Formats: sequence, C-alpha cells, structure tokens
Amino acid sequence: MTGLRRDLQIVADWIGSGSRVLDLGCGDGHLLRHLYESRNVTGYGLEIDPEQISESVANGVNVIQTDLDQGLSDFEAEAFDHVVMTQTLQAVQRPDRLLLEMLRVGREGIVTFPNFAYWRLRYYLAILGRMPMSGALAYAWYETPNIHLCTIHDFEELCRELGIRIIERRVLSHELKPPRLGGLLPNLLAEVALYRFRRA
Amino acid sequence: MPATYPADSVGLVEPQRAVFPAPLALECGRTLSGFELVYETYGTLNAAASNAVLVCHALSGTHHAAGYHSPDDRKPGWWEACIGPGKPLDTDRFFVVCCNNLGGCHGSTGPTSTNPQTGEPYGPDFPMVTVRDWVASQARLADHLGIERWAAVVGGSLGGMQALQWAMDLPDRIAHAVAIAAAPRLSAQNIAFNEVARQAIRSDPEFHDGRYQSRGVIPRRGLMLARMLGHITYLSEAAMREKFGRELRRGKDDYDFHYEVEFEVESYLRYQGESFVERFDANTYLLMTKALDYFDPAAAHGGSLARALASATARFLVLSFTSDWRFPPSRSREIVRALLETYKPVTYGEIEADHGHDAFLMPVPQYLQVFRTYMQRVAAEVAA
Repeated sequence: MTGLRRDLQIVADWIGSGSRVLDLGCGDGHLLRHLYESRNVTGYGLEIDPEQISESVANGVNVIQTDLDQGLSDFEAEAFDHVVMTQTLQAVQRPDRLLLEMLRVGREGIVTFPNFAYWRLRYYLAILGRMPMSGALAYAWYETPNIHLCTIHDFEELCRELGIRIIERRVLSHELKPPRLGGLLPNLLAEVALYRFRRA
Repeated sequence: MPATYPADSVGLVEPQRAVFPAPLALECGRTLSGFELVYETYGTLNAAASNAVLVCHALSGTHHAAGYHSPDDRKPGWWEACIGPGKPLDTDRFFVVCCNNLGGCHGSTGPTSTNPQTGEPYGPDFPMVTVRDWVASQARLADHLGIERWAAVVGGSLGGMQALQWAMDLPDRIAHAVAIAAAPRLSAQNIAFNEVARQAIRSDPEFHDGRYQSRGVIPRRGLMLARMLGHITYLSEAAMREKFGRELRRGKDDYDFHYEVEFEVESYLRYQGESFVERFDANTYLLMTKALDYFDPAAAHGGSLARALASATARFLVLSFTSDWRFPPSRSREIVRALLETYKPVTYGEIEADHGHDAFLMPVPQYLQVFRTYMQRVAAEVAA
C-alpha cells in the first residue's frame, strides 16, 4: 500500500513494530491497515460513521462502532501500547477527558490536530473578519463537526494541567509540508500539530 | 406458466436430507441413537471446499433460508434479504448451507418424528437439546458435506448464539463467526417472555402433557398466544406505530364495543398467531425457547465470557440494531467487550434501524452494506 499522508506517516513512524494500537476515529482505516501490513501491528479502530465503518471493513480493519463521547469504557486499563487520535480531538465533546482516557487504556498517546493559531487562520479572522477555513479545517462554520478547536499553546497548557508529559512534538506547515523555518514559531507557522505523550 | 424469480434470488431450491446413524450424546445426559437433518444449500462448493458458509436459524426458523420451493410460493426463504447472487452471502462465491435444527419440526429429527423405541411420535419424550448439541449435530452435517472448515458460521438471534458456540467448541472448523442481533445469554426479562409463551402452550387444554399429536389435536390457542407474544417483542414500538398506529380495520371508522378484532394490530397479531399454528409444532417451540434460556457459555467459566471465548480463533463480526429491545445493542457489546478483553479480532456495527429485533431479517441498507463488505473480505481470503 502506498502514499500515507505525510502527517500519518509521522504517526506510523512513532509506532513500534508488533504494538497493540487503538485508533480513535479511524475513518476508512487506512492508517491501521498500513500498520497491520508494514509493522505487524494488531489493534482496533473506533469509528462512528457507518460509511467509514464499511470502508474500514473493506480495508480489513477490526473496527468497532463507538461514540468517542461515551468514553472508552469497553477497554481495560493499559490494554494498548499506543492510542492514536488523528484529526479528531477537536470534534469531541470533552477533549480533556478523552486525553485522560487515552492514557488509561494505552501506554502512550498520539494526537494530531489543526493548530487554530496558524497564521492563515489568524488572517481569515483578523483581516477578513470571517470564520477561518483551511485544508485542515475544511468546513463552513455552520456545518463543522469541530467544536473544540485549540492552538499549540492551548494543548500544551492542557497537558500540563492534566499531568500529561509530552515526549515529542512535530509540526507541519501549509499542505502538510515540513516547516520551512525548521519549526520556528510553531504556534504561528504550523497548520497541523502532532504529539506523542505519556502519563507524567 | 414459466416461473420467474428475481435475478438476485437463488430461485427454485429443494430440501435435502442427511441420515446420521451414529449415536449423539446430548448435553442433557441423554443420547439420540441416531438422527436426521433436513437442509438446503445454495451456490457451489469449490474444489478446496473452502467457500462454505453455515447459516444457523433462529427460534422458529427452518432450513428454508432462501429461494422458493415451488413457483407458487408466495414468499421466499426467511433470509432472502441476505442470501443470493450479489447479496451479503453471495451465492456466486459462497456455498451456503442451512439446516433445520435438531428438535425442529420441519423434517429434522424432533418431537414430531417417530421414536424408534415406541413407534409413536416422540412428543414430550424428545430430549432437551441445547445450542451446543446443535453445533455437534451441524458438525456431522459438515463432515457429510465434506466441509472441514466453514469460511463463516453466521446467524441472527438464536442463530448468532450458535455461531458463537461454534467458535468456542470447534475453533479449528470455523474461520469467521458472524453474530447478528444476538446476546451472550438471555436476561431475566427474556426468560420471562419465554416462560409466558411456554405457559400459554402448556396450559392449553389440548396440550395433553405434550401428547397432543397421538390424540390428533394441537394446542392451537396456546401456540397462537405464544407467537403473538413473541411478535410483540420482535417489533419495536416505533415499528408497530408506523405499521398499524391505532388504525381500525378497513371499512370501519368507529368502535364496536366488543372483543372481536377491531384494531389493525389485533388483526395482524391474530393472523401471525394463526398462521404459525399451521406451520409449527408446540413441543418444538418449548424446546427451542428452553435452548435459548439455557445458553450461557460464561457460566462454566465463572461468569467470564472472555474466558469462555478464549478457545476461539475465529474472527468475529457482531452486529446489532438500535431499536432491538429483545437483544439490544448493549447485549451485543457484551460479546464485543469479551472479545476485546483478549484482543480477539472483532468488528462491531450498531445499525440504525427501527424494525426492532426483526431488523436482522430486513433489507436495511446500512446492515447489508457492512455485512456484504465483511463477507467480501471473507470470500477474498478463501479465493471464492
């Protein structure tokens, strides 16, 4: 299988071979499928959308229809090596609780989210006076599933409050390219932020 | 007139019979000296015998899961929605087998069969059979058909329980288990409904302790009541409202102030009850509801379903329906949770449908979609 999106490739590279992985909001399951095939990973995807569930099944992924807002009570503590959530944190009702749940059922958490402080989004609001849209935020304000947008600063502050230890941060700028200024001013220049974290 | 069938139907089918002369020891401690199973098959078994799918029926099901027995048949088999060319159980790819369960009343050895020891119908003397016994008898059918390993064992409701039992008892002989609208065991409420149904039958004056057959009568009223009660539990409140509301029978617009049929829903239930009496045996109904009540694989493992399922090597598909209150999604999730506990491969879908428990028989698009996609993967694995 070819062509994992760049952000997902970074996530995949963080996952050790043979790990147990839980992918929250797994979509069509292509990250998990890639991990099954390239890293001998076992695990499940959680997804709520029926169409996406069918896609995941077609991809051979073990997918469990779940509403993430109901928590992860189907899973025992420390059942997984990695709990992954790509581009979903901003769409859940209580991101803070879900982050803690991730670290209850998994040894390590991985999240990616659109950085709301990205300069193009700031431009949208500050200059055009309109709700920002971008590649990572491709919805109009009235139809967006994203209800808890945050910035890199906000996320790191929340982790501090929750006693979550960030192990690694990566950022990608426009169209998921590596940042030209080498990660300088991430809160301004990153379109997408990627984090690995553990319990402190 | 030349019969035509829908292009996605298996068309005209004929039941077959397999005779098993060797004794079968049952879970209740008794032994059947031999038995027969009536079954149907759809599609073609491939050379490697790797594309066989066993369909297990629910409480009142039969071997007639798809297609038509004669051009005059008004209705096809009970799972026509899911079996046929291009359907989830695609007969262009799979060899689908469905048998009438042991203890049934549609040709397999059961209470209406002749007891070789007495020359009389078994009636109430037919031994109690369990889900486990069914799996054992179906394994003999697999041997008979030359099927070493099922590509999948699938079923809805009580059929789903059989799929789970297959995965536990004969892990080497099943690659995938598909349990639809099932539960790991009945709730007290489920058992209560079954008990009311049984009491309706057993208290009918024509029941005669189950020996009605040799007296040439049937406990018609009891069986009808049992089925009416069952029907209420298989539908959802919304489905009933949608189908009948408080409509009075056609042609009437006022109450008659009597106890004859007035509301459409009364008419429907009576019709369902009466037609059931024509095609089902009361002793079989008693047996099947008991088999449901007894099913509880976790019990032998200190109440842990995860431990009960530990022997399973199959991959699982579990599906539930949002409006099913007989076996609601929370019951299916118990199965899923037990499988997750030991990292077994499982896919779970909670299908939005307002048909109640009966949704597993209906062509609900989202249901057919997930089921078909899953089975396409199974077919790809066995190169069917």
